[in-house]
Amino acid sequence: MLFAVFLPAILAIFIPFLSKWKEKIHTGYFVLLAPLAIFIYFVRFIGKDFDTVMEQYSWIPSLQIGIDFYLDGLSLLFVLLISGIGALVTFYSIFYLHTSEKLSHFYVYLLLFMTAMLGVVLSDNVFVLYSFWELTSISSFLLIGYWNYKERSRYGALKSMLITVFGGLSMLGGFILLSIITNTTSIQAMIEQADVILSSDYFGWILALVLLGAFTKSAQFPFHIWLPDAMEAPTPVSAYLHSATMVKAGIFLVARFSPIFVMSDWFFIFVSGIGVLTLVWGSFMAVRQTDLKGILAFSTISQLGMIMTMLGFGTKAAIFAAVFHILNHATFKGSLFMIAGIVDHETGTRDIRKLGGLFTLMPISGTLAFFGTFSMAGVPLPFLNGFYSKEKFFDSSLHLNEYTSELANLLSNAIPYLAVFGSIFTFVYSMYLVFGTFLGKKQFDQLPKKPHEAPFGMLISPIILVLGIVVIGLAPFLFNETILAHAAEAIYGEPVKAHIQFWHGLIPAFYMSLAVVGFGIVLTISRKGWQSIYRFIPGKLSLNKAYDFILAQLENSSAKITNTYMNGSLRRYMVLILLTIVICCFTALGLTNGFAWDTSNLAPITVPEILIALAMATAAIATIFTNNKIAAILILGVVGYGLSLLFVVYKAPDLALTQLVVETITVALFLLCFYHLPNLTERIESKAVKSMNVLISLGFGVLMTVVAISAHNTKLFDTISEYFIETSHDLGGGDNVVNVILVDMRGLDTMFEIVVLGIAALAIYGLVKLRNKKGAE
Amino acid sequence: MEIITSILAGVLFTTGIYNLLQKQLLRIIIGTALISHGAHLFILTMGELKQGAPPILEEGLSNYTDPLPQALILTSIVISFGVTSLLLVLAYRASKENGTDNMDQLRGNENDY
Repeated sequence: MLFAVFLPAILAIFIPFLSKWKEKIHTGYFVLLAPLAIFIYFVRFIGKDFDTVMEQYSWIPSLQIGIDFYLDGLSLLFVLLISGIGALVTFYSIFYLHTSEKLSHFYVYLLLFMTAMLGVVLSDNVFVLYSFWELTSISSFLLIGYWNYKERSRYGALKSMLITVFGGLSMLGGFILLSIITNTTSIQAMIEQADVILSSDYFGWILALVLLGAFTKSAQFPFHIWLPDAMEAPTPVSAYLHSATMVKAGIFLVARFSPIFVMSDWFFIFVSGIGVLTLVWGSFMAVRQTDLKGILAFSTISQLGMIMTMLGFGTKAAIFAAVFHILNHATFKGSLFMIAGIVDHETGTRDIRKLGGLFTLMPISGTLAFFGTFSMAGVPLPFLNGFYSKEKFFDSSLHLNEYTSELANLLSNAIPYLAVFGSIFTFVYSMYLVFGTFLGKKQFDQLPKKPHEAPFGMLISPIILVLGIVVIGLAPFLFNETILAHAAEAIYGEPVKAHIQFWHGLIPAFYMSLAVVGFGIVLTISRKGWQSIYRFIPGKLSLNKAYDFILAQLENSSAKITNTYMNGSLRRYMVLILLTIVICCFTALGLTNGFAWDTSNLAPITVPEILIALAMATAAIATIFTNNKIAAILILGVVGYGLSLLFVVYKAPDLALTQLVVETITVALFLLCFYHLPNLTERIESKAVKSMNVLISLGFGVLMTVVAISAHNTKLFDTISEYFIETSHDLGGGDNVVNVILVDMRGLDTMFEIVVLGIAALAIYGLVKLRNKKGAE
Repeated sequence: MEIITSILAGVLFTTGIYNLLQKQLLRIIIGTALISHGAHLFILTMGELKQGAPPILEEGLSNYTDPLPQALILTSIVISFGVTSLLLVLAYRASKENGTDNMDQLRGNENDY
């Protein structure tokens, strides 16, 4: 199984070499081998007595992450869809994409996507599942932006990326919570601990985060907005990713985790509530579209909503119907996308207002389209699979569980009505799609190209899919026990038996279907009359506008916030730094009762010290008020010499000497430079700025004083200086303890201090000597 | 006495910070010089200011002032001297090249990032 999953990725490595001969052999023929091989490999598993298969490969054992593949009925169904439709789409793309396109890029992305998708549905380890999940987002991003010279393509690719990655990340959060609670990373092991998860405090978070991932991927309301914009991708991509496989990854995720979540009422409320909302909104919006692929995109959204709704029900019949509809939707939607691509290819436009009456010129495509759309609409004919699953949907919506919460009961009562309402619009857009394109007014002169029937190779894939529609419709029992029952069992947890029949008798679901067709016909005929309601709903409340607004606001407000504090003024940054220090330190002092006052251990006060201190303080304050630069420099000198006097008083002869010399040189340097510096001018500043400066500097000064006093009064342990004094003579061979410390005991400090001086000297030399050319001129 | 030196250090910090928040290069350098003075005094106060003999060993004496803070301050003085002189030359060159020493006007070009 490992090889089967990674086969497309391995093949992708060779595609750039193979595409060298693309003029002779279309690269797609090589690519076709991968999905075909995978399909044949997995077809062998089909059968009545199918049993689950688990394969484990070590990856990161210390984090419990292994590439574990688990094949049950659900993943088998998806694997077959991915590889089967993958093969058909690849074959279709051979005729759709001309060899002048960048074929190697296209097929590398497509093969990567195939691997990612197979990995998603087969992984048993949540983190491996997440890795493949993001790989589908990335490869889908690349495929949507395939024609990257188009602005709409780039917009659509970015949008889908942002939305699906947002969901993917929240899903990762849900997975991490799950793995912490259950102490395992295997999905099957988590399902066994469902009661632990259900009773956990974080259950609400897990449910919300995982469902967010599923909803964004499966284009559920309100995250559906990326899907219509993803239609800028080449049509094979739309058919494959955005109808049959990737958008069903979210459905797969919900189905996979539903054994854990289904006990909770909130699962029903979220999944069925959002699902039915998506169903109604998607089908309502689809009628409004004028682009063939736009209609199909909203139709996909609505059908995904329907599957989601059924998964939310959690009853045997509903889950079986959901699985059945996954299969059905893949067949008819895939074929419809391919036909839309053919129409686009042969006429040069996808705008349904310019199309019409193509049936006479394209009879085969037209027939295929009739099958696809009628199946999508759920027209009650025995050879259309869409009708069966829709009927089962109605039926299961009438037989829901009893729920404990009010909200869930209210929702379960409303769902049948909403389902019928949504299905009526499904009927309307399906009819509009097929009649507007293939029947009606002929206006061939408006088309960019002269239309004619597509080449046969292009028609093969949709023909096979339509044959699927008919075969499933006529002989549903072929699929019932071999695949569908196993898939439903994997979701439900117990064996599911369901009989698919065309005629169930006069049950309520049948009347619902009749109502859909009846109202649908009326609405289709009178479509022109009521289409003006779209001006009011959605009108200005469109979700796309909300998305664009949020994006623009994020950019603008982050630019604004950055500009408020990053204004380029060093003074502003100093203020921010100092304020942070002052506020944090005072808070810490206050919170820890750090201030200590103890006068027992103080040195005696003498008059000379007081005088020196007073002189220094006065001089320091005077630097602020003087506006004469020479005076300022000399006053600064007073402070420095005062300090060296203090060093004398406190018996630090080396310090006093150094300070004296350094101060002298500094003052000399100041005097050297001051000639070139402009004079200190009277500072013109607002009162607010001035008082802010005073406040900050006073705050900082007080802080240092308080810290100094407190620190001095808190003795934790004795000083180590006794050791220096004792050993200075014997070990260091010197009597001047300070000097022995500097060059002997802590010699490294001194070495690097010399380095500092050397660097400063070099830098000064450089500053003085080196000029750039521009400055010299 | 420690309380008085602590307050003096506080005054040096206050005036230093106030100078630092001004817009002229020369004032900013004066500010940094004041702050380093304050810091040295701070370190000195943190060791004890007890009156003892200077830390130069002599026969018969056992009460010396703490030599370790002195060694630290000595290192610090030299480093702050190096930094201050570099700052001075930098300020001199900057005001020469740009024709101003007003911090508000020293903002680089539009396209500098």
